[in-house]
Amino acid sequence: MSDAALSSSSSSSAAAQARPVRFRGGGFRPRSPRWVGALVFVVLIRFLEWGTRAGFISSLTMPRPSEVFDTLVELTLNGGMWTHLAPSLSRLVVGGVMGALAGIAVGVLIGLFSVVRAGLVPLVAALFPIPKIALLPLFIIWFGIGEGSKYALIAFGTFTPTVVATYGAVDNVDRTLIRMGQSFSLSWSTIVLRIVIPGAMPGILSGLRVSLAIAIILLVAAEMLGAEYGIGAYILQAGSLYDLERLFAGVAILSLLGVLMSGGIGIIERRLLGWRS
Amino acid sequence: MDLRLESITHRYGDVEVVRDISLDVPSGRIVCIVGPSGCGKSTLLRFIGGLEQPSSGRVMQIGEPAEDSINPLTYVFQDFALLPWRSVEGNISLILRDHGVRGERAERIIADVLARTKLSEFRKAWPRQLSGGMKQRVAIARALAVNPAVLLMDEPLSALDSQTRELLMDDLITLWTRQPFTGVYVTHNLAEATRLGHRIVVLSRRPGEIREIVEIDKPLSGRDMADPDLVAKQKHLWNLMRAEAEAADKELVDE
Repeated sequence: MSDAALSSSSSSSAAAQARPVRFRGGGFRPRSPRWVGALVFVVLIRFLEWGTRAGFISSLTMPRPSEVFDTLVELTLNGGMWTHLAPSLSRLVVGGVMGALAGIAVGVLIGLFSVVRAGLVPLVAALFPIPKIALLPLFIIWFGIGEGSKYALIAFGTFTPTVVATYGAVDNVDRTLIRMGQSFSLSWSTIVLRIVIPGAMPGILSGLRVSLAIAIILLVAAEMLGAEYGIGAYILQAGSLYDLERLFAGVAILSLLGVLMSGGIGIIERRLLGWRS
Repeated sequence: MDLRLESITHRYGDVEVVRDISLDVPSGRIVCIVGPSGCGKSTLLRFIGGLEQPSSGRVMQIGEPAEDSINPLTYVFQDFALLPWRSVEGNISLILRDHGVRGERAERIIADVLARTKLSEFRKAWPRQLSGGMKQRVAIARALAVNPAVLLMDEPLSALDSQTRELLMDDLITLWTRQPFTGVYVTHNLAEATRLGHRIVVLSRRPGEIREIVEIDKPLSGRDMADPDLVAKQKHLWNLMRAEAEAADKELVDE
């Protein structure tokens, strides 16, 4: 560069105005202050309450939230809540636990053994997109009209997403940690139990969040197709009578169940994954 | 226990990575392996510890390791390889427990190795709370806990900043001076090799072959990097490696 060019560029920069560099970073980091979530619920319910009272939302389109709440209270007081919730919860727990445990076991096996992987990955891919509810008649033939078919449906529905999440998580375990285990001559079982499974745990738990939500959906579907008691049966009855208050009361119970379940997994995550910071 | 590498050659598919390497690792001394990147020096280290198998040739173990050696061939990895879900103490106890060392004996070993690596007060800390240098010290403590016959170090200082590297190098020298161990130390850093190596093996670029073996007889604790002798050795090493490094740098990477 010539001297003339240098001096002209320096004089022009002296003449130019100084201004702060424009900030371009930040963002892309959503946080969730606790109260905002609650506020959304409160505002929405307040709006519905106000709308139904003021009359511009007719009681045929939307039940009044306060009446839904009254229905819930009444259901609790006359014992109906427990008659419906108890069978639903036991179906959810038995089916969900069976499906999740089987899914984790098969997922770990796929993650560890080539033969299992080659044999089962295509099968799981074939089973995954089947709407499980379509198989309910088959399950009723196999496991009877009683609890068996409901357990099977929920277990099967939880199983496939858990398998996929688990073997993905096992695949993602840091290989250097496994090599470290081998370099210290750790036994195979120690490498699996103390390195592979803890390393896959974050992925397994986030997979469980999805699988358990699917379990709730299938629970209701199963109960709608053949159950005397249960939240699904309760909603179906209310629906066929166009009893919107009871329908919404049932739906509210399901939502609450989902929130509690996700909170439960959150607690497990905090206990098992405390090492993550 | 000595180690002997007998004409080791290895191929990944059509690509020859190392070619005909024969080498002795005498007990109580540190052998440094240096070479340009991609010359197969880390691969060679994995053969020595039995984590991988060469296409031909073999690694022989001459003599028996000491009775109380829990894991004769023990690695220290570049990226530490600590289990993030176990505390400092837990990372060490996992390995001891798997080899049947529990209770008071394990407790004694853990206290001893943590003291030797100046980590005693960080026993309960999680790996994520530690700096890079501290993590590598934990990995070294873990390696010392199994009383290895040969310590295999794969660029242990390369993931650290230069000050930390300096401190850890001093620590390694102190550890060796107090209780000499057999070591194979893979590095691309010639200064590290001249400070820590009794025998420095220079590999060529891929396929890695031994270019030269440089012996340094000065005791580790008395090595001063301003010593004209060491400066000359380091310069000699650099001259050996320069052309190789330049050529290796220009190669296309397709792996």
